[in-house]
Amino acid sequence: MKGRAIVYKKNDIDTDLIIPAKYLNTDDPKELAEHAMEFLDVEFPKKVKEGDILVAGRNFGCGSSREHAIWCLTGNGVQAVIAESFARIFFRNGINYGLLPVVLEGATKKISDGDELEIDVKKGTVKNITSGKEFEIKPYPEFAMKIINAGGLMNYVKKEMNK
Amino acid sequence: MPQTITEKIIAKHCGKEEVSPGELVNIDLDVILAHEVTTPPAISALERNGIDQVFDPDKIVVTPDHFVPNKDEKTAELAKRLRDWVKKHKIKNYYEIGRHGICHTILIENGHVLPGMTVVAGDSHTCTHGVVGAFGMGIGSTELAAAIATGKSWFIVPETIKVEINGELGKGVYSKDVMLQILSKLGVDGATDKVIEYVGSTIDAMEVEDRVVLTNMAVEAGATLGIINPDKKTIKYVEQRSNKKYDLVKSDADAKFSSHKKFDVSSLEPMVAVPSLPSNGKTVSKVKDVKVDQAVVGSCTNGRIGDLREAAAVLKGNEVHKDVRMIVIPATTKIYKQALREGLLEQFIDANATVSTPTCGPCLGGHMGVLAEGERCIASTNRNFVGRMGHPKSEVYLASPATVAASAIDGKVADPRKYL
Repeated sequence: MKGRAIVYKKNDIDTDLIIPAKYLNTDDPKELAEHAMEFLDVEFPKKVKEGDILVAGRNFGCGSSREHAIWCLTGNGVQAVIAESFARIFFRNGINYGLLPVVLEGATKKISDGDELEIDVKKGTVKNITSGKEFEIKPYPEFAMKIINAGGLMNYVKKEMNK
Repeated sequence: MPQTITEKIIAKHCGKEEVSPGELVNIDLDVILAHEVTTPPAISALERNGIDQVFDPDKIVVTPDHFVPNKDEKTAELAKRLRDWVKKHKIKNYYEIGRHGICHTILIENGHVLPGMTVVAGDSHTCTHGVVGAFGMGIGSTELAAAIATGKSWFIVPETIKVEINGELGKGVYSKDVMLQILSKLGVDGATDKVIEYVGSTIDAMEVEDRVVLTNMAVEAGATLGIINPDKKTIKYVEQRSNKKYDLVKSDADAKFSSHKKFDVSSLEPMVAVPSLPSNGKTVSKVKDVKVDQAVVGSCTNGRIGDLREAAAVLKGNEVHKDVRMIVIPATTKIYKQALREGLLEQFIDANATVSTPTCGPCLGGHMGVLAEGERCIASTNRNFVGRMGHPKSEVYLASPATVAASAIDGKVADPRKYL
């Protein structure tokens, strides 16, 4: 997967920053997309383009279990989030719904705003096409790979239920 | 192999003798807890995928809690979708408005969660249920959909951090102060993907409902679960609420922990977490004199009867400051009624506080006390993130119900001990 980086050099970007609770009255990704990252950067929905990759510091997505934090990003066409670490539920939600969470040490130092990136899950790498450097990402647990390969948890569950 | 309580519960729910941290498991669920914010999207996900199946309607417990009574048309729609689904699948354990309350408090209060059980919910504070020695885990809506259909949930067995707390708490110092102190040391990701198991003489001395604060806010350190080994108090507590059989498991004396943190709380002072992370705990003396516009007692963290009693004790003979709106929100209808019976609600109203029906409400900036730009609130809730209670330029300070009440009287962050 290839995409352009949007970098927030910040740790602990919580779910209220990603999507404030007042917008949890819908689960429509398009509607949620208009308010994505509103408390951190009101310009985000204007800045973001289809296929972009969000890059941030440690503990991305801490706080609530709201999957709306995933949908508001996918609703904007975001393909993946690269962070130095993730809060547990956000990481799982990303795997389950198909917003790829990528753990990369020193992510905000290795990637600058606007860099072109290529993520290769099979190889376990992120390539910064702009800087020409390639980095190893934290490998996924085997079961998470199965869900990623199935295209999300619901597809995986359907397959299992039909077995 | 010696096991922790968490490992024993997980092993029993995936048909194994024992499990180790790092192992992938798919566990059987005893309870799925559902509310109106994250469950309707799960129902939609099931419908989109042509799955019209509930693994066991009798193992699902439902209450609308976040935006109730409905705050607008859209949230009314969410509550209706939840209610329609409950009817369609003949789910008996449904707490309609008038019987409702904050889901985690409802679950414990009515004995739906017992020692040794497994619980999931589309809510990060599901870690609360470790308070009775159960395994509780917060999940997202997609995963909730899978759990509703299959009755199972997958995860990697987490490591456990042992947090040992010793010492007798001083006057005006409560479990909330202990937890804010722990969070200030662990940090907001100090326990990510791990379980926090609380032990020590301070825990032994605490009542079950006071222990809830510790397990509830474990997620504020990133933990999957906060858990306490059941003791005599736990057994008495759950047996007053349920006559169902349960599985009493405890950690082995030589169980393995990834780390062991010790806290002596005998000289702990009331704590306040300043914006915008729950780990920003400071002693009240370092924060006092910060002006507040609003004071909230409530939430799944501190909205139980004991919390209301503690706030009322501080308010006794005093009045809420003329520039402060104090809002008291009993966590459930039963607590509301108990507070009514004890005269607490009258005490709050006499002191110029207002009392709301049970709801998560302002804790997440939902309704019933949302903040305007530049306003500041001191609250007995669990998160003080940017914009958590309303405008992104409003602020939340976290504290015990007693400190919230003292601050409401003074119009600024205050030490409750002078009122006790």
